[in-house]
Amino acid sequence: MTLWEVEIRPAEGQFDFEAHRVLSESADLQLGIPSAYARRGYLVQCDEPVDIVRSIAGQVLADPIVECLEVGPLGDARCFAAPAEHPQLVYVLLKPGVMDPVALTAQTTLRELGLNVNAVRTFRKYWFPPLPDDQRQVLAAKILANESIEQVVWGSLALEHLELGSPYQFRRIEVPLEEMDDEQLREFSRQKQLYLTVEEMRAVRDYFRGLGRAPTDIELETFAQTWSEHCSHKTLMGPVDYTEGQNTYRFQNLLRETIFRATEVLLQQESCRHWCVSVFRDNAGVVRFDEQWNLVFKVETHNHPSAIEPYGGANTGIGGVIRDPLGTGLGAKPIANTDVFCFAPPDTPYESLPPGVLHPRRIMKGVVAGVRDYGNRMGIPTVNGAIVFDSRYLANPLVYCGTVGLLPHRYSFKSVQPGDLIVVIGGRTGRDGIHGATFSSAELSSDSESVSGGAVQIGNPITEKMLLDVLLQARDQELYRAITDCGAGGFSSAIGEMARHLGAEVWLEKAPLKYEGLSYCEIWISESQERMILAVPPEKWPKLEQLCRAEDVEAAVIGQFNSSGKLRLLYDGHTVGELDLEFLHEGRPRPVRPARYQPSTDASFTLPPASLTDHTATLHRILSQFSVASKEWVIRQYDHEVQGASVIKPLVGVEEDGPSDAAVLRPVLDSYQGVAIACGINPRYGDFDTYAMAASAIDEAVRNCVAVGADPNRIALLDNFCWGNTERPETLGSLVRAALACRDVAIEFQTPFISGKDSLNNEFTFERGGQSESISIPGTLLISAIGIVPDVRRCVTIDVKQPGNHIFLVGHTGWEWAGTHFCLVHGLRGGRPPTVEPRRARRIFLAVFRAIRDGLVRACHDLSEGGLAVAAAEMAFAGGWGVELTLPDPACAVAPIAVADPVDDPDQWDAMWLFAESNSRFLCEVPPGSRDAFLATVQGVPVVELGKVQSHDRLVIRNQAGKVLIDAPLGDLKHSWQSPLRW
Amino acid sequence: MVSASRPRIIVLRAPGTNCDLETAYAFQKAGGLPEILHINRVTESPATLLQAQIFCIPGGFSYGDDLAAGQVLAVRLQKYIGDVLREFHQRGGLILGICNGFQALLKSGLLLAPDSRGPVATLTWNDSHRFEDRWVTLAAQPGKCVFLAGIETMELPVAHAEGKFVPRDVQVLEQLQNSGQLVLRYTARRGEKVVQYPANPNGSIADVAGVCDPTGRIFGLMPHPERHIDPTQHPQWTRQEKLPEVGHGMAVFQNAVRYFQ
Repeated sequence: MTLWEVEIRPAEGQFDFEAHRVLSESADLQLGIPSAYARRGYLVQCDEPVDIVRSIAGQVLADPIVECLEVGPLGDARCFAAPAEHPQLVYVLLKPGVMDPVALTAQTTLRELGLNVNAVRTFRKYWFPPLPDDQRQVLAAKILANESIEQVVWGSLALEHLELGSPYQFRRIEVPLEEMDDEQLREFSRQKQLYLTVEEMRAVRDYFRGLGRAPTDIELETFAQTWSEHCSHKTLMGPVDYTEGQNTYRFQNLLRETIFRATEVLLQQESCRHWCVSVFRDNAGVVRFDEQWNLVFKVETHNHPSAIEPYGGANTGIGGVIRDPLGTGLGAKPIANTDVFCFAPPDTPYESLPPGVLHPRRIMKGVVAGVRDYGNRMGIPTVNGAIVFDSRYLANPLVYCGTVGLLPHRYSFKSVQPGDLIVVIGGRTGRDGIHGATFSSAELSSDSESVSGGAVQIGNPITEKMLLDVLLQARDQELYRAITDCGAGGFSSAIGEMARHLGAEVWLEKAPLKYEGLSYCEIWISESQERMILAVPPEKWPKLEQLCRAEDVEAAVIGQFNSSGKLRLLYDGHTVGELDLEFLHEGRPRPVRPARYQPSTDASFTLPPASLTDHTATLHRILSQFSVASKEWVIRQYDHEVQGASVIKPLVGVEEDGPSDAAVLRPVLDSYQGVAIACGINPRYGDFDTYAMAASAIDEAVRNCVAVGADPNRIALLDNFCWGNTERPETLGSLVRAALACRDVAIEFQTPFISGKDSLNNEFTFERGGQSESISIPGTLLISAIGIVPDVRRCVTIDVKQPGNHIFLVGHTGWEWAGTHFCLVHGLRGGRPPTVEPRRARRIFLAVFRAIRDGLVRACHDLSEGGLAVAAAEMAFAGGWGVELTLPDPACAVAPIAVADPVDDPDQWDAMWLFAESNSRFLCEVPPGSRDAFLATVQGVPVVELGKVQSHDRLVIRNQAGKVLIDAPLGDLKHSWQSPLRW
Repeated sequence: MVSASRPRIIVLRAPGTNCDLETAYAFQKAGGLPEILHINRVTESPATLLQAQIFCIPGGFSYGDDLAAGQVLAVRLQKYIGDVLREFHQRGGLILGICNGFQALLKSGLLLAPDSRGPVATLTWNDSHRFEDRWVTLAAQPGKCVFLAGIETMELPVAHAEGKFVPRDVQVLEQLQNSGQLVLRYTARRGEKVVQYPANPNGSIADVAGVCDPTGRIFGLMPHPERHIDPTQHPQWTRQEKLPEVGHGMAVFQNAVRYFQ
């Protein structure tokens, strides 16, 4: 068997993109590398002679017009000579066992063309001038490879064969748990990466003492998966003693009594009951779209894996959340993805990175590429998102991925029956992602990379696309009774959950494997991607098997559901595990966790004169903040139009580059009913009060939907809490307060929560100068909203349309400064964060909705970061027309809501109107002919006319006295907004 | 080939194809009878093709575009249904490749036949070296191209990473130009002479966005006409006072259907 190297390089005159990337990134790091050559290639193991390999490989592996291909024995210097003055050779390969879709496709295709290939691996290869050792290390670690999934080999590659794995010798492993004391239990849990607490380990030990036998490894792993924070949400679903000031309140189940409670209250209304189809019980929330279809929405996080391997982490994050709607009811067709990220600023100095932490720019590029490559290949448009930058996300970036699905009414529910076969369908099982569930529940540390490398994986989107294509057909032919996805915890959590109220027997040796050598325990907890579990009535199995075969999708029967109440795991007939499902799901100790919140005293706050001298400069600076600046570089890399349903795109306006408030889709192609998708997130308010933060995030998500034309009576919400270490009472207290706001505001807004997810322990510990330090993320709540648009032809966008049209401000403006971007750019801290007055907000939403529905509004934009000035600037430069505004009289009916206002100082007032970030506000562009009708429609809510769209190209804002506060050409404002992230 | 009042269209689906539904919808709205068919069904019985009048390969990432965009699909087209497709074409059938379908048609040699020196053109990485989704303005010089008859300009989205048209050399380019096969080009929105990025979104040589074969009955293009069937699909539709009946891409499908009516 020969190992052939197939090397591909750009043809003469073609650009060497990869060498260019390496050189420009090494210039960023000031490595001083003058030049490089990059190659890509394949290692092909087969018995064929070189001419045959070259001829067949040449047909498919390289493009004959822009590339050259060379074949020779691996590393043969005669075939692969070093370019002049570039003797330093380096190879980069994926580590063995890491998913390599390109190699799999190459292998299949070469075989199809008649080359008898035994195995294929891909590689990249570079030639450099001579490099000193230290330079080589930096280059390898920071630019050439990610060592959590790739290996770097300097010089020639000493590989003899490509086979993976070796036959597995069955051996049943028991763990002598019964004799262990607390200290031993704790150590065992840590060492085996079970991440169970001592109390939980004790409960497990006592359970097996009661059975009179020792547990097996697979049984302990099953407890670890099922009881992990990731799978059981034990903190938020558990009892909490919450102390605020002098009062303490006991929650028996925090989420049930806050977030779910809001939905329960709303479900008492007939119209809401009709609308909410399935909430908080399936893999995603389900609401009604029309007479035939329901909408499904789920948002997940994939933070920990993305910190270590951004591409793979984000890639499998989106791949995972797509399987949630697909695993809801009997399977929804995914129609849109959302993505929201939190990163440290991309200009963070390299020197300030703690050990083991990747640079935020690299994380951002990797995450965006990961979402792009999976979402685009799945054919699901990525339509909405946000990126928040804050230095506290340095070691714990947050990656939220969401998927919306479309589900026929009649397939909205599932049920498993005893006797149903357990069928795994989709990808094969390998060692990928072992311990992902427990890992994502643990704090990261600087050695996470080496401990948890197995938790990092790469997805194969085409496997998932093929799975999707087959599943929707199988659903419509009613070939299965229940479906769920294999996410964190793999078979263990998917089958354990489906069997919860029944029982199951699993035959682990029947699972199709990627390679030999997996133990029964590895098979059970592997988190290999692109797998789903079905409950199939035995008589339907032949038809399902045939359907799968017809499209080259793998499916296998690996067990059967029964009514034993037990989960029985077998390998080749040997029982390797037998657990009571009730104890598995209900037996976890429920410790009461303390939570504390200390209200801060409300100091009066005035703006220092230095911050008031140049509002135009302030506006430019806010527009240039990474969190506010244009995300076009990211957005354009996503296909946001596939499936043909796009109505309001993420980029709008006369140059198609202005920011839109929400996405609108028309998911049923022959109907004009639409769905709006938006989000709200502002962790900076949470630094002052997480109640205000949560209320503001809900307000923002809802008003974004309303701003494009969604009906406020048909908006549903999702919550995603990402928090630090909630073992600290203050950290948990800040979360409780956010959850209380969710309950209060959702009830008043009449916007039910339909699904949610949390990710705790987003902290990072490391050693610096002999000291242990830790970085915690700010408590970060993402609210996602999905709303119904009765007729998309009435939708509006933010860009101003026509000179002469009036501009109105709708909503109250208040003396609310804490966490605002004005304070951020001026280095100020203090005051109160923006609050929400929910009843008044709802009236405003309804009024704006009516005005848009009646066709009275030509453009509408919500006010968020940077307040009125930023919103007006965005509307103007997106529309390509000037805007002139005059700020309202302080005494006008739009009374600010604060008590400690500096009413005597007009300069302070000016700044408030321009930059305060009060919630529930909109700017509306109204044609002269619709002015009266608009005012009549919004009667009863605060509204003030500010000015007009102009035929020039400036933004001019004056105060009541006629003083010009802001005057800037639109081109300059747009430049400030576009340049920071135009990569 | 029998002419039919409602021509049958086969929309091919391979692993990773993802624009099949909206493409079939566009053909249906244009008055045709589309059927989405998995490539395995076609390779099992290639003669199925001969019962249709139009064969369309829609967009997507066939086989992940793992080796290069459209490459594996091109190999499979050539190997399993190349002969039938040539027969289908000779009998007067129309063949359309959109985005990934264009990449596959071109790389299979069905659209532009290779000469003694091999393939004459390719579609390769965008100059930006990344996937981009954006709207472009296109100028058509239909000539013999059935699909573009009567079309002067269109606004359509592109969404691809590997859409840069590169002919093998200047001679090939001239020959294609002279034979009227470079039928669709990126153009500047406000009529500027030089078409720069992003008006030419990928760096295509001679701003080529779409190419037809010498008969005008095989056509491949990178932009997505099926994504501009309804006027609300245009990114600036909210700026218009009154919406047109249909989007610009509709004409491509109507032309194909009317050809058989």
